[in-house]
Amino acid sequence: MNNRIIEKFSRLKSDGRGGFIPFIVAGDPDLQTTKSLIIELCKADATVIELGVPFSDPVADGVTIQTSAERALRKPIAVRDILEIVADVRVEGFETPIILFSYFNPILQFGLKEFAEKAKATGVDGCLITDLVPEEAEEFRAILAEKELCLIMLAAPTSSDERLQKICDKASGFVYAVSRAGVTGARTETSSDAKVLVSRIRKFTGLPIALGFGISNASQVEETWKFADAAVVGSAIVAEMIKSSPNPDSVEEDFVEKIGDFVKKLLP
Amino acid sequence: MNNYQPNERGYWGEFGGRFVPETLMFPLEELTEMYFSVRDDADFQAQFLQLLKDFSGRPTPLFHAQRLSEKLGGAQIYLKREDLGHTGSHKINNAIGQVLLARKMGKKRVIAETGAGQHGVATATVCALFGLECVVYMGTEDMRRQALNVFRMRLLGAEVRGVDSGSKTLKDAINEALRDWVTNVDSTYYLLGSALGPHPYPLMVRDFQSVIGREAREQIIEKTGSLPDCLVACVGGGSNAIGLFHPFLNDESVRMIGVEAGGKGNVLGEHAARFNEQGGGKIGVLQGTKSYLLQDTNGQIALTHSVSAGLDYASIGPEHSFLHSIKRAEYVSASDNEALDAFQILSQTEGIIPALESSHAIAYLQKLAPELSPAQTIICNLSGRGDKDVNQVQEMLLTK
Repeated sequence: MNNRIIEKFSRLKSDGRGGFIPFIVAGDPDLQTTKSLIIELCKADATVIELGVPFSDPVADGVTIQTSAERALRKPIAVRDILEIVADVRVEGFETPIILFSYFNPILQFGLKEFAEKAKATGVDGCLITDLVPEEAEEFRAILAEKELCLIMLAAPTSSDERLQKICDKASGFVYAVSRAGVTGARTETSSDAKVLVSRIRKFTGLPIALGFGISNASQVEETWKFADAAVVGSAIVAEMIKSSPNPDSVEEDFVEKIGDFVKKLLP
Repeated sequence: MNNYQPNERGYWGEFGGRFVPETLMFPLEELTEMYFSVRDDADFQAQFLQLLKDFSGRPTPLFHAQRLSEKLGGAQIYLKREDLGHTGSHKINNAIGQVLLARKMGKKRVIAETGAGQHGVATATVCALFGLECVVYMGTEDMRRQALNVFRMRLLGAEVRGVDSGSKTLKDAINEALRDWVTNVDSTYYLLGSALGPHPYPLMVRDFQSVIGREAREQIIEKTGSLPDCLVACVGGGSNAIGLFHPFLNDESVRMIGVEAGGKGNVLGEHAARFNEQGGGKIGVLQGTKSYLLQDTNGQIALTHSVSAGLDYASIGPEHSFLHSIKRAEYVSASDNEALDAFQILSQTEGIIPALESSHAIAYLQKLAPELSPAQTIICNLSGRGDKDVNQVQEMLLTK
């Protein structure tokens, strides 16, 4: 498969470096700012950028990302609008891999095939669907694969070996290991389950493994790199965004720069 | 003969399945395995039926509502009196079934969501019966509308946690219960109250509620010598309706009608009628299952409205979507005002105060019964009693 995510991880591996995957919610505080933030994250040397599609009923998310999604949805946002933002970023010459992180319904309503076509055309590299387990994923996986787009699958500490096999069979790009049972949200320490899970996943796949849920500072990122290929930081960045723009309708000029500085400090 | 069983992935036709975070797949698989091991287990079923009888007072009567039948001037109306079961609604049937499962699985902590509070009360009740810790999630808007049930749950020893997100109703309570479950999977049993959510819940809840239809089928044959012509039930998530319908599905002469909440208008946001395609009802995925749901063109779940907290929900159980798609059951709606009228009519003609949810089914009888002949019969599921709604209705009637 010819895909930016795969290229990027193989380069990281040959350089012997760990990966860094920041997450932001598209549309919070607004789509134009999202575009500037993506560019800032590209400049901060993100390995992959996870762009969250805001959803009205985010059952897998803790209060920080729920709040961010609510802020984003104060105006209607179509998946199409989010893809256009990615297209704008590509036009400006930034090639960092970008994946959409979504619940299934917004993508389903867009149309799975239409989504894949449009995603490919606008420069999205893959998709992670929080509520799409391997048993339900085959149709979408095949549609994405036809366009050389990755489907990133989630593995959890509660997943049995049998399930890890199914998950790895469907996954491409990388596997997202969920560090602990629970919803998204910043923690100051990484769960001991995480290391065990990553080594269990390695038995079933040669794909890179990113660890997420609860990683919120540089020392956790460094700790993660000892056993996983990349660290995902979501809620910590989103919380900083909410703190720095308490009123999403009037955002200060240096907002993007401030978030950029915050993100750079997450790197060891 | 169709057995109306879902396939092994929990699908009826294209409806159902499991759309959940991966963390929940292990407990769902564990639950499915346990459920199938007790489904045909004589001891488990005997224990279930014994509790339904001794603790909940089943069988509930099938009552010939003669004055209402005469008033409407058509079919003979029979009310399946789920309002007379312990805790005042059909919700206790499922709560008893599932708490037995929770015990068998060794879970000490039970969580539940509730809309009108009837399922929360039923869950709090069975947890008190077996000495289990109980946490009930409830939207703060529903806590306001159903303050009496909040008190009942607390009295029964449950902790009621208010949910302040979204429309502050049933959907948001389910989101919060799912978040709790995903965080506490090892210790916690999620006692879901309607025929909704990921497999095996829609199947399991339907099975536990099918006692309603099994009894009603025997009772109507005993009383009239024949099958009914029509079944009518209100549909929020759809547990009382599927419980009544299911044992009749292979009786081809029996019409089945589910009554959704028509709310105060036809525009998205003003109602909770999921099969109203002009009003925003469309197939989608919410809270673990693929079914009809009220949503905007971007796939965001719409806010809903109904005078009745128990019907105020954006999605509907997947088996109902299937019955709708194969046209085995019909789905109609009754508005807030029609339900309020029916609430008063049943109180005055039969001396029975129905729940606002059940009042939607009664409201539709006013249209249906006159179209049928006095030789025909309708069974209407009176899914709950209206004591919980009396304050709210009083307020509404005073300000009307």
